[in-house]
Amino acid sequence: MKRKFSSMGKVAAYMKSSIPVIIFALILAGLGSVLTIIGPNQIGKITNLMQAGLTGTIDMRAIGKTGIILSGIYLTSALFTFAQHFIMATVTLETSKRMRDDLAQKINRVPMSYFNKTSQGDVLSRITNDVQTLQQGLTNSLPGIISAVTQFVGCLILMFITQWRLALCVMGVTILGMFLLVEVMGHSQRYFIARQENLGTLNGFIEEMYSGHEVIRISRAGEKIIDRFQSLNLAVYNSNWKSQFLSGIMQPLMNVMGNLGYVAVCVVGAILAINGTISFGVIISFVLYVRLFTAPLTQIAQGMTNLQTASASASRIFEFLETEELSDESHKKAVLETAKGEVTFDSVRFSYPDSPEKVIIQNFSAHVIPGQKVAIVGPTGAGKTTMVNLLMRFFEINSGSIAIDGIPTSQLRRENIHRLFAMVLQDTWLFDGTVRENLVYNMEGITDEDLERVCNACGLSHFVHSLPQGFDTELTDSTTISAGQKQLLTIARAMLQNAPMLILDEATSSVDTRTEILIQKAMDELMKGKTSFVIAHRLSTIKNADLILVMKDGDVIESGNHDTLMKKGGFYCDLYNSQFDQAVSAEG
Amino acid sequence: MLKLLKRMRRREVIMCLLCGVFLLGQIYFDLKLPDYMSNLTQLIQTPGTQMSDIWMTGGMMLLCTISSAILCIACGYLSAKAASGFTYGVREELFHHVTDLGQQEMLGFSVPSLITRTTNDITQIQMVIAMGLQALIKSPVMAVWAIFKILGKSWELSLVTAAFVVVLCASVAVIVSTVLPRFRIVQKLTDKINRIARENLTGINVVHAFNAEAFQNEKFDHTNTVMKNTQLKNQRTFAAMQPLMGLGMNGLSLSIFWVGAALLSSIPAADLDAKLTMFSNIVVFSTYATYVVMSFMMLVMIFMMLPAAQVSAERINQVMNTDPTIKEGHIEKGREIGSVEFRDVTFRYPDAAEDDLSHISFKVEKGQTLAVIGATGSGKTTLVSLIARFYDATSGQVLVDGIDVKDYTFDALYNKLGYVTQKAVMFSGSVEENVGFGSSIHETSPRELDKAIELAQAHSFVRNLEGGKKHMIAQSGRNLSGGQKQRLSIARALARNAEILVFDDSFSALDYRTDSALRAGLNEQLSGTTKIIVAQRISSIRHADQILVLDEGKIVGCGTHESLIQNCPIYQEIAKSQLSESELA
Repeated sequence: MKRKFSSMGKVAAYMKSSIPVIIFALILAGLGSVLTIIGPNQIGKITNLMQAGLTGTIDMRAIGKTGIILSGIYLTSALFTFAQHFIMATVTLETSKRMRDDLAQKINRVPMSYFNKTSQGDVLSRITNDVQTLQQGLTNSLPGIISAVTQFVGCLILMFITQWRLALCVMGVTILGMFLLVEVMGHSQRYFIARQENLGTLNGFIEEMYSGHEVIRISRAGEKIIDRFQSLNLAVYNSNWKSQFLSGIMQPLMNVMGNLGYVAVCVVGAILAINGTISFGVIISFVLYVRLFTAPLTQIAQGMTNLQTASASASRIFEFLETEELSDESHKKAVLETAKGEVTFDSVRFSYPDSPEKVIIQNFSAHVIPGQKVAIVGPTGAGKTTMVNLLMRFFEINSGSIAIDGIPTSQLRRENIHRLFAMVLQDTWLFDGTVRENLVYNMEGITDEDLERVCNACGLSHFVHSLPQGFDTELTDSTTISAGQKQLLTIARAMLQNAPMLILDEATSSVDTRTEILIQKAMDELMKGKTSFVIAHRLSTIKNADLILVMKDGDVIESGNHDTLMKKGGFYCDLYNSQFDQAVSAEG
Repeated sequence: MLKLLKRMRRREVIMCLLCGVFLLGQIYFDLKLPDYMSNLTQLIQTPGTQMSDIWMTGGMMLLCTISSAILCIACGYLSAKAASGFTYGVREELFHHVTDLGQQEMLGFSVPSLITRTTNDITQIQMVIAMGLQALIKSPVMAVWAIFKILGKSWELSLVTAAFVVVLCASVAVIVSTVLPRFRIVQKLTDKINRIARENLTGINVVHAFNAEAFQNEKFDHTNTVMKNTQLKNQRTFAAMQPLMGLGMNGLSLSIFWVGAALLSSIPAADLDAKLTMFSNIVVFSTYATYVVMSFMMLVMIFMMLPAAQVSAERINQVMNTDPTIKEGHIEKGREIGSVEFRDVTFRYPDAAEDDLSHISFKVEKGQTLAVIGATGSGKTTLVSLIARFYDATSGQVLVDGIDVKDYTFDALYNKLGYVTQKAVMFSGSVEENVGFGSSIHETSPRELDKAIELAQAHSFVRNLEGGKKHMIAQSGRNLSGGQKQRLSIARALARNAEILVFDDSFSALDYRTDSALRAGLNEQLSGTTKIIVAQRISSIRHADQILVLDEGKIVGCGTHESLIQNCPIYQEIAKSQLSESELA
């Protein structure tokens, strides 16, 4: 039990500043229920007054007095309850908002390698589903439990004060009920957990299938997929109805317990009344007490279940929030406002933190003179993209060093390094928003002339102007835009950055070669005197590079310019000539 | 909501009906209790009552309670089964429906939204059915029954009860109607929150590279704040609900006793019988009136959940009501083998202002290679996607094996095609499962699988993977490089043993060496297979039997490399951009 609620401590710590307010709300909840349990007592009084009046005249004044007192009590109780709900709703919603913000910000603070092992859908689910579950759990369960416990204990005391014999009867029935409750809860919890897990698996499956929709269609995989879907769906169904059945009968069962208590009170009460031990009013107030007494049991049970699920969600939330972050760099003093563009790689060695035995970069050394255009070529999986990721410090190198203008990048803050580079990546990334927003992304002082200029340079002008609202056209999932156009947009974005150095990672692979040449020209103009790194499969793109680094299996195996490498007749020469192999094999 | 409920299967309907019958029984027993209670009251008030009478009545009460308990458990079982079964069915139907949808509809809804609709939204509805089904049947019946019981006993007290019910119902109606529209907004905002966070996740590299962390955080916070404020308004309104109900309940019993006392005192003192009847009526009234209000409270509980479920039901129906625009025909066999023909095909995306393809005509015969080349956005992908019916031509005909693609059954058409998409799609699962994905006319044997992997030049890296073909690929192939993913997706198409292969720019992430080895292999081993290749590199296509040069959706050149290089200016430009003077010669 303790383990189940362990993460609630973290939640408490997280909401520390709101705790006084919460305690206030809980006190209100308690007071509210205390007031409610005074009710039956007073009603009993009225009944007694009425019964006494059966044979004579009824004391309407006394009844009126009690009535007014009761009205006051009920009103105050309602006000307390309202205030309590109001406060709890406010506090939990504020907290969950803060939590969502923190989670979203955390995304940008964890090391890149985190996402190699955690699926995107999982992180998203923590931000939306888990926060919501936690919020609902807190709003519903805490005040519920407090008021239920108050009501329970209060009722018990009042019942014993009023009539201990009847109270004992009710107690007996209640203990039976409690026993049942704990039993049922223990069982349903297991199925609840199973349900969440099954639902998670199903969710993952659906996400994959919907994303790969096209491929499923053309592969005629529909049948097979539906088989798999059905089995997952069936697992959800099974755990679903079981958990639901068990938790669903909890409340009716308690109701029945209440009725049982009711019967007990009626029968025993009747006997006592005939004996003349108690008055009829006592029976009436006890009947009301039984209702007030058993209701909290259900509430407590539900509250506990809620807290359990909330706690499960909380542990998922904090697991992410507590993930190790990128190292703090506020102490780093070195600053490079701008760079000449001298980059030195010295025996760089790298492997991913989760698989240290698999070395990705063996021993990479290179010296780049300011203003050089550096091309990195090699077969897929040679580590080309990894190298630029290391240069940008998306990952930290294991040993060796990378220096910009003589300053090791490890001494610079990450954002400083990022500021020195404009970067276009293999995966094009556009977001829902206007063309303008996508291009200007996080940059300041970009004028319309700037936009026009880069779009001209990238051959995008025609495309942009053919859009219904030009630069202000919204790009969404349903906008039809080709892969090449997406690349052009990301290139334009990088051009606007106007950074002292440039990285192009397969930036033009989906762009036709004529447009590519246009871009190349524009880039060359833009990058005159600036250092640039280019990764490309199309060797025509990099033929004019000042330095070509040929990579294979994490090492530089050759370097030089096109002509020297061709003369050398090594791997590069091979690679270059392979463009024309087809001619040989097809004709020969 | 009702529309969606119509999809309930017969089994669930029977369960619901049965559950309803049981519930009626349960209510009968529950409501029987106060009757015995009033009997007891009478017994106590009557002098000389025998103990055995009291025990008898008590025994009957116990019997009622136990019967009610049994029926209640049965009901719980049935309603849980019915609700889960119903959602099981709806989810399956929805999933089926989505797999049948075309590209266009998928993009219209967006994938993330469809995912939420298949999981989250359905769960929302299930919760309401599970909790609501019992209450929904129970409450009105109970209310009517209880009202019937107290009817005629005292019109004054009835009036009091009615007044309370009206006031309570009115306040609930006000609360729900203010909250309902905001629920819809919250749901949409959740979608948006999801989208922004997803954006950040997919573009994490770009976010870091642009130092745009604060920018993203602010963007998220903005929507987050709007959502919080909307939710606050909702929750604060709802905060009034419970105390209001409690006040109503308590107020009612107080009023009944109060008004009852007044009624009692107005009866002349001599008429003891009338007084006694009145008194027991008041006691019974207070119980039944509570039942009436309780039933209404239960209804209110459903009303509290209903808005969210209603929104979800609408979202599900929206998908269900969307008919796939692409419908299958019924022809199984073609007239020819391995041919693809376009007859004056024009295509325009829905809502687009201009044609994306206009008047395209060509024909490829069995075993030939057709290449499509052209500038970015010239319509190459669109052209080949018409063969696989991701979209249908706006006018003109696309024929495969001499038959319009629209006339084939999907199975017949896709069994003829091996199609490699521009973006390599990987599923979590082993390499083997990914390559042998889907089904074709005959089961792919392990040997054929190996052959496909080898032909796609994937064997060398697959061999080096831990576990080889059994190596597990992560979601979206995160643990593979771009080139590796592309080769596996090529292998997947090859494993289908199709008559016609379509490669939509699927060599872009391959280095030249792999690219040429792959093409050489295709030419040698699959010489009888028709190949349609979209490419950027001249070297990839220069030996094609026929090359189509596209420019802004129109064919501006068609022929072999040799003829195009002579007389197609656009092709010449493309070639010039890639090959050196000596290579061109």
